[in-house]
Amino acid sequence: MKADSNEQVLLKGLALNDSKAIETIYKDNFSMVQAFILQNNGSYDDARDIFQEAMIALYEKAQNDSFVLTCQIKTYVYSICRRLWLKRLQQMGRYSHQVDSLEETVPVEEDLDIHEKRNAEFAIMDRALNSLGEPCKSLLEGYYLKKMDMQALASAFGYTNADNAKNQKYKCLMRLKKLFFSQYNIGD
Amino acid sequence: MTDDILLLEAIERYLNGDMDAAERNYFENLRKTTPEIDQMVVEHGMFLHQMDIYAVHRNLRNSFQATHAKLLERGDINEGGELTTKGKVIQIWNKYKRVTAIAASVGGAIALVISGLALYFVPAINGNQIEQLSKAVDVIKKNQQYQGNLINEVKSKVPMDVRMINGGSGFLIDPKGFILTNAHVLKGTGAAVVVNSKGQEFNATIAHVDAEKDLAILKINDADFTPLKALPYSIRRNSSDLGEQVFTLGYPRNDIVYGEGYLSARSGYNSDSLSYQVQISANPGNSGGPLFNNNGEVIGILSTRQAQAEGVAFAVKSKNIFSMVDELVKNGDTAFEKIRLPSKNSLKGIDRKKQINKLEESVFYVKAFRK
Repeated sequence: MKADSNEQVLLKGLALNDSKAIETIYKDNFSMVQAFILQNNGSYDDARDIFQEAMIALYEKAQNDSFVLTCQIKTYVYSICRRLWLKRLQQMGRYSHQVDSLEETVPVEEDLDIHEKRNAEFAIMDRALNSLGEPCKSLLEGYYLKKMDMQALASAFGYTNADNAKNQKYKCLMRLKKLFFSQYNIGD
Repeated sequence: MTDDILLLEAIERYLNGDMDAAERNYFENLRKTTPEIDQMVVEHGMFLHQMDIYAVHRNLRNSFQATHAKLLERGDINEGGELTTKGKVIQIWNKYKRVTAIAASVGGAIALVISGLALYFVPAINGNQIEQLSKAVDVIKKNQQYQGNLINEVKSKVPMDVRMINGGSGFLIDPKGFILTNAHVLKGTGAAVVVNSKGQEFNATIAHVDAEKDLAILKINDADFTPLKALPYSIRRNSSDLGEQVFTLGYPRNDIVYGEGYLSARSGYNSDSLSYQVQISANPGNSGGPLFNNNGEVIGILSTRQAQAEGVAFAVKSKNIFSMVDELVKNGDTAFEKIRLPSKNSLKGIDRKKQINKLEESVFYVKAFRK
């Protein structure tokens, strides 16, 4: 089953972080996943978590230019959620419960491995940033995430000139890198 | 330090492609001749890449959260709270009112026609049969009322005000009323009621839980329980062989259910050496049930199954029972000194139906609940 052109458009939208596309995909698929998770020992929060994880995995797939989804978005999202939830159940030791259903699924193990690696990296960066403290956190977020220029940052943070801000940013960055690389293995 | 800052700035400009050709050439030369700088460029490049991915993912997560909140508010999705979709339901009703009305009237017309036809074609003789039937129903009704009285007298031992958490199977490891089951069947609950194959319920307390082995011991504490003279089966101390025929009794539903299969691997899920892989049809509720070999020896305790494969189940090896009980006794737990794990097997060489007949009363339905 090939994704029809409509779905391809949605995926392109997702890849560009287009809110309309996100909304449509979200609306069309969330309830199905929520029902599955609620039936299998999960809560509303679990459903939200797992579904959003799956959306990120779908985003990662859509990012890839050469990517063509070989099944419907629905099937893919469901498969990812199912695997993620099974895994979580297993980690919680609640494995032997009714986790079967007759919905169609596709193999997603490989995608999940990539996704999990990304997730781990995200968590490391998140922890590193959050343990920096202020003003380092906001300064670095301003420069590297929001791509503000030094002049704007200097005035926003009350530094007398851009050089002072640059100095401070450098110190913060060194701390962040140290925190990050203490947990991140380059070899992997 | 100013040099370091300048160097880092240069690296970032280089990585972002902000250098002109001449500067770029110069910098690339520098990279070639100075391994330290090259190393720094590679490392910083990777770090910036991670930052970029992080930024994108964080934005994504935020927009998902926002979308979730928005859809929730609009009632396109809901989380079990007050339904906010009233407006929507009315909308749908307005939209489909006509269709619904037409469908209903067509349906009504068809129903009238069919019942007319049926009345016309049904032979007269049927009237009699229908009468007889209704009489029989009367009798049945009376019977049911009578039985209803009886049933009301025998109250369930599961207290009224508790929440049933889980159900599974279990089996006696000592005729005095020690029942073995899976730890996950009890799921951190405080008490359990066990039911035998005749449907009698007994109160039981949780005597021990070993979450690591996924085993638990229940003790029947109930005056209605008459200890058996001896258990018909023994528990196998050694490992079992690949390909060995196995069968199980358990309670995937209220009635005891038999299933058979074979031992398909000496290790369990993810090469877990505490358990076997078994090819058997197992369902939720079989957890904690005994796995017997052809001689009627307990070789394992069914615990989990693989969800994405048909018929693949896993059983905790029986030698874990010995190690658990030995450890308990060694730790000086006097409650367990009384446990005599069965060593005499009277099931060898008799046919399956007779084996089951003898075994049945030792296998219990475990209902775990929380007060």
